[in-house]
Parts: sequence; structure tokens; C-alpha cells
Amino acid sequence: MSDISKIMIMMRKAPYGTIYSFEGLESVLIMGAYEQDITIIFVDDGVYSIKKGMDTSAAGIKDFSPTFRVLEMYDIEKLYVDKESMEARGLTADDLIVGAEVVDTETITKLMEEQDVVLPF
Amino acid sequence: MKFGVMVQEGPYQHESSDSAYQFVKAAMEKGHEIVGVFFYHDGVINSTKLTDPQQDDRNIVKRWSEIGEKGVDLVVCIAAAKRRGINDDVLAPGFRISGLGQLTEMAINADRFVTFGAS
Amino acid sequence: MLHLVNRSPYVSTSLDSCVKFAKKGSPILLIEDAVYGAMAGTALEKKMESIMKDFTVYALKEDLLARGVTNVIAGIKEVDYTGFVELIEEHKPTTWT
Repeated sequence: MSDISKIMIMMRKAPYGTIYSFEGLESVLIMGAYEQDITIIFVDDGVYSIKKGMDTSAAGIKDFSPTFRVLEMYDIEKLYVDKESMEARGLTADDLIVGAEVVDTETITKLMEEQDVVLPF
Repeated sequence: MKFGVMVQEGPYQHESSDSAYQFVKAAMEKGHEIVGVFFYHDGVINSTKLTDPQQDDRNIVKRWSEIGEKGVDLVVCIAAAKRRGINDDVLAPGFRISGLGQLTEMAINADRFVTFGAS
Repeated sequence: MLHLVNRSPYVSTSLDSCVKFAKKGSPILLIEDAVYGAMAGTALEKKMESIMKDFTVYALKEDLLARGVTNVIAGIKEVDYTGFVELIEEHKPTTWT
């Protein structure tokens, strides 16, 4: 086992309706400081966490989506979006607030299998 | 082997606390080391000593405290706890409140990390 | 990798997502409300049988008993918590909630 762990954060939940996505993001920010090999995947409703054009002011909820844009500053650069999940929701890469790589399901399966730990949020 | 565990849901509302407890117990009986149980999201509600279930029901918080007595680190996420009104004043024996760094360390130190949740 | 699924297949897409992303041949362990998917004679039985062509499906005995699910689809393996721990010994896990 190497000194660096491969940790995947699997974002599967939509924002706002439940807190999993937001608190999952909080955990990612801390993980960045541990110099591990971090990968984030956006699948299913997790894709909605990085959708452009959110305005939560009228709903009275904190908009945490801008934080996804600063992940790079925390040395977290491996972001992947499941193409099928994105397209099923009528979205394209242009609709996303981060430059995540759009990949097919097989690629995500392969990435998952490489991990030491997969944390679902 | 070294096992780490995360509990993402509150007690009673969701079975994940029960599942995590039964899993931890079975793992310890098989001689595995539990590097820690991390309570996140509503899972932090597992840690309040104000919990007072009816006599004929299980006491989920007390069960965790018993696991804690056996030397298992029960870590309550501080950010999630503060949001939900959990602090040191209400903390049941065996639990400690700490940062998300503990989740990362458990994930790094464990051979297996198991998540119980969510709804 | 071991895939844990904890939600009822009647209300959640967790099992579908698990099957979509899991590597063929992986074990899937149904726990909590997901064990309703293991019951024989249901609208989902055919679907489960097709999933079982690609994956080894387990169901947690304690959760089956709690829910009165006794007629389990043939081929689904029942494991108790000790068996759950043994599956984790063999595989790194992730959870589909």
C-alpha cells in the first residue's frame, strides 16, 4: 500500500433538497489539505450540484455552488461527470460551473475500481 | 483488518445507525480493529445524551457509548454538529467532537471504509 | 468492489445506479429497505433475475427477518452481519443510497 490513498467522492444527490451534497463538498475541502489522491465524480442528481444559474436568494438558502469553482486551489483537479446522467437531465458541459471532464459510464466504473475508498454523498 | 465507518443519518429516523452498530459489533467480534466511527450529516444526532427513548425500545446512543467504552473512537463532525445544536454540553460518553480531518484520517488509515446512510 | 444498496427499489433508483456503475461480476449486498427487492413473486423479480446474471446478489438476513421477507428469490444469497463483515474483508465497499 502506498502512502497516498486514492479517495473518491461520489456526488449523487441534488443540492438544497437535502444537505448531502453541501456537507460532502465541505469534506472535500478538508481532504485537499491531506495531499491524498482525490477524485470527485458527479453522477445521477449529483450533476445538479454544478449546474449554472442557481439563485437561492428567494428560497432563503445559502448557495454553496461557487465553492466547487475553487476546488482547484485546494489541489483537487480530478473532476468527472457521468455523460449519461448529464444528458438525461437535459444538460451539456456548457451548463456546468466547473470544468469537469465528461466521461462515459465505463470510465467511471474503471475509476471506482481503482480507489482505496469511495465516499458517497 | 482495520475498518472505518461513517454514519450519515440520525437515530430512530433511519435504520443506518442500527445497521452501523450491528456491523461494528460483528466486526469487533471477528477480531477486526475499528479505527473510528464518523458521525456526519444528521448522524451527529446519534451523540446526544438527551436521547430518552421509551423503555421497550433500544437506546441507540447508549449502545454507541458502550462501543466507545471498548476503545472505539466515536467522532462527531463539528461543522455538522454546530448546525444541528450538538455541542460538548449534550455529548454522551465516548463521543468526541472534531473536524472533518478525522474523516480523512479514518479513510486513509482504514483497510476498509463503510458508509451507512442516507435517505 | 462490494456494492451496498439500502433503499427500496420501489421508490429509489439506487439499485439501478449501482447496477449501471458497478463492474460486472461484483457482489451487491441489499440491506435495510433494499431487501424488499429480494422477495420472490413481485413485479421486480424478473429485473432482479436479470441483475443476477451479471452480479452476485446478497441480502442481509436480519433485515429480511425484520420485514417478514421469507420467500427470497432463488439464487440470492442470505448473509447475516458476520457474513456482511466477511464480504467487507474480501472487497472494498461503496454504498448506493
